[in-house]
Amino acid sequence: MTALLDIAELSKRFPIGTATGPLGRLRKRFKGGPDHLPHVFAVDDVNFTIQKGETVGLVGESGCGKSTLVRVLTRLLDPTEGSVKLGARELSLMSAARFARDPDRARIQMVFQDAGESINPRFTAFEAIADPLRRLKKLRGDALKAKVEQAATRCGLPLELLSRFPHQLSGGQRARVGIARAVGVEPELLVLDEPTAALDVSVQVVILQLLQRLKVELGMSYVFVSHDLSVVRLLCDRVLVMYLGKIVEAGPAREVFDNPLHPYTKALVSAVPSIETRGVAKLRLQGEPRSPIDPDPNVCRFYGRCQVGVDACKTSMPPLRKVGTDREVACHFAQASA
Amino acid sequence: MESPALDVDNLSVEFRTRSGVVRALENVSFSVAKGETLAIVGESGSGKSVTAYAVMGILDPAGRVSAGSAMLGGLDLLKASADQLDNVRGREIGMIFQNPRTALNPIRPIGRQIADVLIRHGNIPRSEAPERAIDLIRSVGITDPKRRAKAYPFELSGGMCQRVMIAIALAARPTLLIADEPTTGLDVTTQAVIMDLIGDLASEIGMATIFITHDLALAAQRAARIVVMHAGHVIENAPTRELFEQPRHPYTKMLIAATPDRVANLDELISIPGALPDLRRQNLPPCRYSERCTRKLMDCDQPLPHVINGSAHGVACRNPLS
Repeated sequence: MTALLDIAELSKRFPIGTATGPLGRLRKRFKGGPDHLPHVFAVDDVNFTIQKGETVGLVGESGCGKSTLVRVLTRLLDPTEGSVKLGARELSLMSAARFARDPDRARIQMVFQDAGESINPRFTAFEAIADPLRRLKKLRGDALKAKVEQAATRCGLPLELLSRFPHQLSGGQRARVGIARAVGVEPELLVLDEPTAALDVSVQVVILQLLQRLKVELGMSYVFVSHDLSVVRLLCDRVLVMYLGKIVEAGPAREVFDNPLHPYTKALVSAVPSIETRGVAKLRLQGEPRSPIDPDPNVCRFYGRCQVGVDACKTSMPPLRKVGTDREVACHFAQASA
Repeated sequence: MESPALDVDNLSVEFRTRSGVVRALENVSFSVAKGETLAIVGESGSGKSVTAYAVMGILDPAGRVSAGSAMLGGLDLLKASADQLDNVRGREIGMIFQNPRTALNPIRPIGRQIADVLIRHGNIPRSEAPERAIDLIRSVGITDPKRRAKAYPFELSGGMCQRVMIAIALAARPTLLIADEPTTGLDVTTQAVIMDLIGDLASEIGMATIFITHDLALAAQRAARIVVMHAGHVIENAPTRELFEQPRHPYTKMLIAATPDRVANLDELISIPGALPDLRRQNLPPCRYSERCTRKLMDCDQPLPHVINGSAHGVACRNPLS
């Protein structure tokens, strides 16, 4: 069975500074060309697949490359290296600008973090939902109207709100517009970047349950990016833990959170506040993460903050390896426990 | 009984807006004992931050304290003169704001910003302030404090900026710390470290802490006592364990049921029907939750029994859960 999305050896590096202009020319003369520009390794050699109907959680601290990774896999950014395969089609060779007009654009859609910020303030809710339908499905007139209303109803947005502008809607209603806009074109893969981060708990519940229902109704796969591990645990089948551009742990969500193997995942799970664990001694991460600029390929990214951290960790980077039946971890010392 | 560090009694705040008067707080009462950590929780718009701002005397000009008192020692903060408040803020009460990047001065090195507080409130000679500022930077766990003292806020990560805010708030060893969502926007791993730091420093100098958050699980973990707010009312005030084991207000119970923490399945989470009422309305019911409430009685149109200070488990409800 082929996966819906297959990411292989994917990297995204951003150069720091400039190769053109007077500064760039000086640098070129003295240091020998733009090859010597330092790079931020935002996403570094990442491999994973997403099956049809699966919900994959992506967690990690800010600056770990989560957002860059989802922007590359939704083809809003061009990868530096590697492949992004949607079904049998290779997408990484096409530029992001060309993919925007490609028929397959409708198959991968995205829901952005703060719906208040990501909806054009001059568009009514109707216009916001209609825009991708016009561009990607070439719908006009009554067909368009019917489709917009269908998407709104699916997302629990009352039709009388369609004529309102974003500032006239509540946070929960805006979140619904953001979701309706993405699911209107009936994508196979929906990427959700912290869809509930700006919402109160009472509204968050409704939106999460809506997402769960839509997934089944429309047979979509989800990539769910979140800070909130208690939400990821409830919504996701599988979870990927990222640290400084690398996936350091992957596996079934419940197993990863109940029994984390990588020292970073352990610290992450232990830092989640819970009503139950009052007063329990916790594992704390000390210090700051290593620099993502031209990192030494032979040092574990987590070295320096890691509780284990022995000499082997500064001489070879641990690859992501299989542990047990369905879990992967990038640490020299992680072992499957009974 | 020892007198509390801060005693807020019957505080009401109004905002005058073009579309009418917003009755943002009504009869808010709570007190925090010396060395105690109190959490104020509620959804956005419930009046958590307005309470803190009113106590600190930093309300928006449109806001007006219409009734109540906030006693800090022998001083009523709500009636104090500007000079009196200047001597209290920073010296007796430290405050940590939600977004450290906007709360810090962007064009002044952090060491200088900490030294400013020490010179104003710390009773130390001007010449010693930079040295002491470096000690404070070290005490909040920033490595290489000498070099960092010269850094500007934009050169530091969010977690580091929050540490600097804590150093500023605690520079004059205040008796009360108000932390308004101190870790919102930080990673969970950083959040845990920052909350540990606040807790350790508070117990070291015997400081009372008021900790404002929307995260029920975080409040549960860090506070001894929790005040729950809804639409400008304190609706429940109870010791943490008791609040979670036996919530008495229907809204508190719903809030706990909506927190994705203890459940095993998404379907077990329960959402709270309805939304906060518009606080500009003239015909607001006495209980501002009654329009969302499933336990509403005829009695609920009678004046609300507000949570007052002194009871071990206060609840503002005519039909509380037992």
